[in-house]
Amino acid sequence: MRAVVTVIGKDNVGILHKVSGICTEYNANVMEVTQSVLQDMFAMIMLVDISAVSKDFSEMVDRMTELGKELGLSIHTMHEDIFNSMHSI
Amino acid sequence: MLNVYDILETIRMIQDECLDIRTITMGISLLDCIDTDIDKACEKVYNKIVSKASRLVPVGQQIEKEYGIPIINKRISVTPIAMLAAACPNDNPVKFALALQRAADTCGVNFIGGYSALVHKGFSAGDIALIKSIPEALDVTQNICSSVNIGSTKSGINMDAVKLMGEIVKESAERTADRDCIGPAKLVVFCNAVEDNPFMAGAFHGVGEPDCEIHVGVSGPGVVRSALAKYPDASIDEVADIIKKTAFKITRMGRLVGARASQELGVPFGIVDLSLAPTPAVGDSVAHILEEMGLETCGTHGTTACLAMLNDAVKKGGVMASSSVGGLSGAFIPVSEDAGMIDAVNAGVLSLEKLEAMTAVCSVGLDMIVVPGDVSPETISAIIADEAAIGMVNMKTTAVRLIPAIGKKEGEVLEFGGLLGSGPVMPVKDKSPAKFISRGGRIPAPMHSLKN
Repeated sequence: MRAVVTVIGKDNVGILHKVSGICTEYNANVMEVTQSVLQDMFAMIMLVDISAVSKDFSEMVDRMTELGKELGLSIHTMHEDIFNSMHSI
Repeated sequence: MLNVYDILETIRMIQDECLDIRTITMGISLLDCIDTDIDKACEKVYNKIVSKASRLVPVGQQIEKEYGIPIINKRISVTPIAMLAAACPNDNPVKFALALQRAADTCGVNFIGGYSALVHKGFSAGDIALIKSIPEALDVTQNICSSVNIGSTKSGINMDAVKLMGEIVKESAERTADRDCIGPAKLVVFCNAVEDNPFMAGAFHGVGEPDCEIHVGVSGPGVVRSALAKYPDASIDEVADIIKKTAFKITRMGRLVGARASQELGVPFGIVDLSLAPTPAVGDSVAHILEEMGLETCGTHGTTACLAMLNDAVKKGGVMASSSVGGLSGAFIPVSEDAGMIDAVNAGVLSLEKLEAMTAVCSVGLDMIVVPGDVSPETISAIIADEAAIGMVNMKTTAVRLIPAIGKKEGEVLEFGGLLGSGPVMPVKDKSPAKFISRGGRIPAPMHSLKN
């Protein structure tokens, strides 16, 4: 099971550190990170393995959303199934 | 393989273009709750709903978090209550409405639909009593929705029921006049009602359905409009293709959420209903999709053609995405719930007559239309009959949800708030159809009903 964490907004120091910090806390292994500027949006996308998440996944989602609010960024944490089902036949 | 563009597209759809799961609706059969003692029957109804649906809201919230997709409403649809009321002919069916309200409060759901009767060919035991109790039921409850099926392609139109429903709609508005006439906003009169519709106010759980199942209603007019905005010079067949692709993606998401909910709740998955259902929010309007196609204002000449294409393309995309597409799937055109429709009415471009033409090609019918408070019950009945005739002849679902604005006239506005929005009062013809309505009887089924 994998989840996709996306961070969209203005660049700042330490974003990757803080986001991956939460992943570590919940024992979610970071598998891939990509950064790109697409359609005037700065975006970081992180693929994390959540099969061994230590606590509740929805709690991790809440923490990420809170972090986004603190930093003035939009952070979404979503199960990968939603992208697979929407974008492949 | 995940692709950056796809991920960003999904997030943009949810964050900026109002893509949402409009509802997860649990259909529950109440046939095993029938009892000749109405109090016992109500107790059984309450217990069955609570035992099946107590986890519906928490499971919905959990899925919302997991997939990062908003699920706006959690709802329940039940067996038409007229079938339960038939067993207790001497009691007031409103007791059932109160039991449903109690169950809605306990489960925390937004709506329960199914205070309904199916009378397209005639009234059976319980039907008339239930229909006559609708104004009171909608007055004393908040989250209960009611519907009555008065016609079908197979059986024709029950004109006695049409006559009765004109009176019921009016009475329902009068009883709730102090609350912006909210009563009839929760009451739908159908022709060719479907048994697995997850959308309110017309949801009920048909007798052919399993004991309990999960339906999902997906929406996303904003997503379709933004997709079209990227291709301002595309030909109309290319536009249809863009809509199909967008509808495919939205339906896929609905199927995923439905399958997950069904697994979590241990209940079979019913259908995905992909209906472009507008909300009063900015960027969530079906009228604006039609305008994006090249109409200056929704309601002008050309609107019916654009809507026909939109409705068809939505279905085609949806059918490709899931083999369980059902319900009403298509484009809804409720007036008060759609910012673009409201503007078109206020601009004097969108009229009741044009809306009637549009209902011949959209997924449902005359929806959330506010009419002057002094409208006669016969005129309401005649509007219902016109709409039912379109449904009957075209073998499609049509519905009427009119709200007589008691004490108000053309130019004034009713404010419902929330998803129901606000509706400008629209004029109706002042010549009377009373003689036609008073005839009663049944309009025979059309020739093409004989398909056997």
